Amino acid sequence: MSDNEQDEIVTEFLVEAHENLDVLDRELLALEKNPHTPELLASVFRRVHTVKGACGFLGFAKMETVAHASESLLSKVREEELELTPAIITALLGVADTMRGILGGIEANGKEGDEDYSPVVESINRLQRGGDAPAAPAPPASAPVAARSAPPPAATAPVLTPPLAAPATAPAARPTAAVPAAPAKPVTTAPAPPPPAPAAAAEPAGDQRAHNVSDSYLRVDVGLLDKLMNLVGELVLARNQVLQVAPLVDDQNFSATSQRLNLITTELQSGVMKTRMQPIGNIWEKLPRVVRDLALICGKQVRVEMEGNDTELDKTIIEAIKDPLTHLVRNCVDHGIETAAERIASGKTPDGRLFLRAYHEGGQVNIEISDDGKGMDLDAIKSKALERNLITAEQAARISERDAQNLIFLPGLSTAQKVSNVSGRGVGMDVVKTNIEKIGGIVDVHSRRNFGTTFRIKIPLTLAIIPALIVTSGGDRYAVPQISLLELVRLKGSQARDRIEIIQGAPVYRLRGNLLPLVYLNRELEIQSAPRASDRGADDEVAVNIVVLQADNRRFGLVVDQVNDTEEIVVKPLGQHLKGITAFAGATIMGDGRVALILDILGIAQQASVMSQAHDRGTGQPGAAKDDKVSHRQTLLLFLTRDGRRMAIPLSIVARLEEFPRQSLERLGSNQVVQYRGRILPLIDILDLVGSGGGFGGTSDDSVSASADTIHVVVYTEGERSIGVVVGQILDIVDEAVGTLTSTHGAIAGCAVIQQKVTELVDLQALVRSGGAGLLDLYESSRGGAGAAAAAMGA
Amino acid sequence: MVDQSQQLCTFAVENYTFGVEVHKVQEVLRFQEMTRVPLAPWVVRGLINLRGQIVTAIDLRRRLGLPDAPAGASPMSVILRTEQGAVSLLVDRIGDVREVQRELFEPPPVTLRDLARDLIRGVYKLSDKLLILLDADQAIASAVTRAKTPTSTSTRPESGAGDAKAEWKA
Repeated sequence: MSDNEQDEIVTEFLVEAHENLDVLDRELLALEKNPHTPELLASVFRRVHTVKGACGFLGFAKMETVAHASESLLSKVREEELELTPAIITALLGVADTMRGILGGIEANGKEGDEDYSPVVESINRLQRGGDAPAAPAPPASAPVAARSAPPPAATAPVLTPPLAAPATAPAARPTAAVPAAPAKPVTTAPAPPPPAPAAAAEPAGDQRAHNVSDSYLRVDVGLLDKLMNLVGELVLARNQVLQVAPLVDDQNFSATSQRLNLITTELQSGVMKTRMQPIGNIWEKLPRVVRDLALICGKQVRVEMEGNDTELDKTIIEAIKDPLTHLVRNCVDHGIETAAERIASGKTPDGRLFLRAYHEGGQVNIEISDDGKGMDLDAIKSKALERNLITAEQAARISERDAQNLIFLPGLSTAQKVSNVSGRGVGMDVVKTNIEKIGGIVDVHSRRNFGTTFRIKIPLTLAIIPALIVTSGGDRYAVPQISLLELVRLKGSQARDRIEIIQGAPVYRLRGNLLPLVYLNRELEIQSAPRASDRGADDEVAVNIVVLQADNRRFGLVVDQVNDTEEIVVKPLGQHLKGITAFAGATIMGDGRVALILDILGIAQQASVMSQAHDRGTGQPGAAKDDKVSHRQTLLLFLTRDGRRMAIPLSIVARLEEFPRQSLERLGSNQVVQYRGRILPLIDILDLVGSGGGFGGTSDDSVSASADTIHVVVYTEGERSIGVVVGQILDIVDEAVGTLTSTHGAIAGCAVIQQKVTELVDLQALVRSGGAGLLDLYESSRGGAGAAAAAMGA
Repeated sequence: MVDQSQQLCTFAVENYTFGVEVHKVQEVLRFQEMTRVPLAPWVVRGLINLRGQIVTAIDLRRRLGLPDAPAGASPMSVILRTEQGAVSLLVDRIGDVREVQRELFEPPPVTLRDLARDLIRGVYKLSDKLLILLDADQAIASAVTRAKTPTSTSTRPESGAGDAKAEWKA
């Protein structure tokens, strides 16, 4: 633990201890009036115990001893072995003051000091014993409380005085000699009604702490902070308005003042924001305990490591992520980390590691929860999803690793073998996702078999004031939360015409080789585009503004009439009449005082069903691929089919490219073959493999030999077996980052933009294995034949 | 009802005069520019900025089933207090606050059948005119329930959301 952290903990301890002692004072006084209130006694007991515990934890042994003695005394009172007498109350109040003295020393020097507190302890102990013995001297004239009991006040009085004097000298630096004198008084002048005296004692104690650490902290009602935040929001709006007017006013003074207003507002905003910030450690603190208990139940060993405890987040967000975080952590322990035996068997340390990490990045907070457990069993997830009818068999076969991992966020999916009280009910992960999305965050999962699972959560810092891009559509302004914004693209005239294409009814734009589905804001909101004279280029073509957005891990382009500026906006809720509209997240007030709606990007994406439209319309089947995920570079072989479709296959799976004269084609059974390197190479047209897909058909036996004099063949080899795939024309070999957009149908892995043309990606491997398996068998059987043929040739 | 009279804030739409209890009215505002809300229920005309508070404006004409005011007309805004905060009711003209006597009250006459009768609690027969007692809560509440049914907007988003869901599963 670093010094800094230690200091923080001590400071926190000081604040708490002071608070506890103040309450203790009050409660003791109340207890004195009503000695037979078990709840009050219990509370006093708890306070002393709390202070004692903290002292013990931090190694303040002296204070702990004092607190311990008081605790013992109180426990006797609680168990009714001792009557609660004013003397005891007085002694306890004295202890409180003693402890305050120690606290003062700790605050000043970080240590307890060399003062000897054993007399205090001794006096308390004596009180304890004194209770056992019959009260020696009769109580002097009695306060009503004292009358009932038979305590030894007179006896204790002389005893009490010296120890109580001790604290007076202990914080010698303090100019408040009155402190110990005051509590001493009621004892020596026993008949005096005790309550006012301790009260008097409390007061100087208060003065004494004028410079104490507790005075630099305040407990503030969160409601008040919320109100302040709202007011700051209003101020930000007013500031925006002033700034908008400022350039129009020709007054040096005014512009200087508005600049100043601007600065102050910004500072005030960040200041008030800070008051609402809490370190994420506040909720993490509870997790080790959760993990411990859970690990015990599951019979596992788990050690928790944390990084970035002091990463700060708005209070409302902290509240909102508390449950999802706990759930994810439980999941990691329950599902992720293996038992010690399993871990040792797979060569890992017996104790699993659960790693929590939080950090700020780009105005957002990232939280990672990772374990080094067994990772997710994708097959189990898939089969479970199939079983629950969450996906189709076809989807299951096609689904990418990442998509399969994300299946766990579907409602009703749990791979736990049996339902325990820990997990396995299949509720949870979807709730986690929903809750995180509710506050504008995203959650993602990455898993590697046997290496562990990592959940990544990205959430905004605060919800009240957010940066947003202001766009115009249909003459109205709308705010797009910056968190969803990736980039802006503006297409002029011919560009707009050429680069926006329609794939199966859905408009897409090619953005650096990726297909970006487009959503027209006007269309989604059912508004008319306003005439935009200013946007008309020389060729009278309207420019297209695309706001590239990310929602739920998918990208899409929102086409708007105009892109304005970014601004800090204050999010305000919509009235009950408009709650049902998913396209809006709220409203805000712009610099000119008018209202602008805030777009709910996820809502719009769902409404427009960007995720699915590109292929849904073609096949009625939801596809698997995402537009943004397969972005790694690949070397691809581009070719045209005989009916002109543009396709690509990874070059890595191509054994050779060959050309054969038409005459060399021969027939073997119902198949066409060619002699190739002393073997017989079965041939099949790519169109037959993928299915004609609305092409020319041409699946007849003669298809290969249909037109040209030379046929182009891609030789594909698997193990020792090869087949020749006939294509129309080899185009090129390209090396580029390809983003698969969608899948059109089963045989096509997806489509992408390659060399600015839409190209189908073919999974040749899978095709040959499924559809072409017979062909490989054919080769197998023809091997002998090939030998024979060679022999024949040799002869 | 012990109190034999009632204070009503009056306003007019077309040639009908309406009143709502004075205590339900927060304030009355001149027309101000508002921001339309696409996909919103028909009766919602837009959002206005009421001193930093965003208030939904409901068109009483539309709510009553009357034709829209001629273009260029600028309606007045009656800000009503509701449990969910302020709501603006757009009317043609603002009248005085009238004190009306109980004995002049009658249930809605059949002649008012061209108006949406669920909003009308009754009629005060004043010497110079009929004053229709408007059920302010109803005017606003039913606007909410209508939010789910109107026009072409609601069907598509739902199916869209469904599609998105299906897609996600994939």
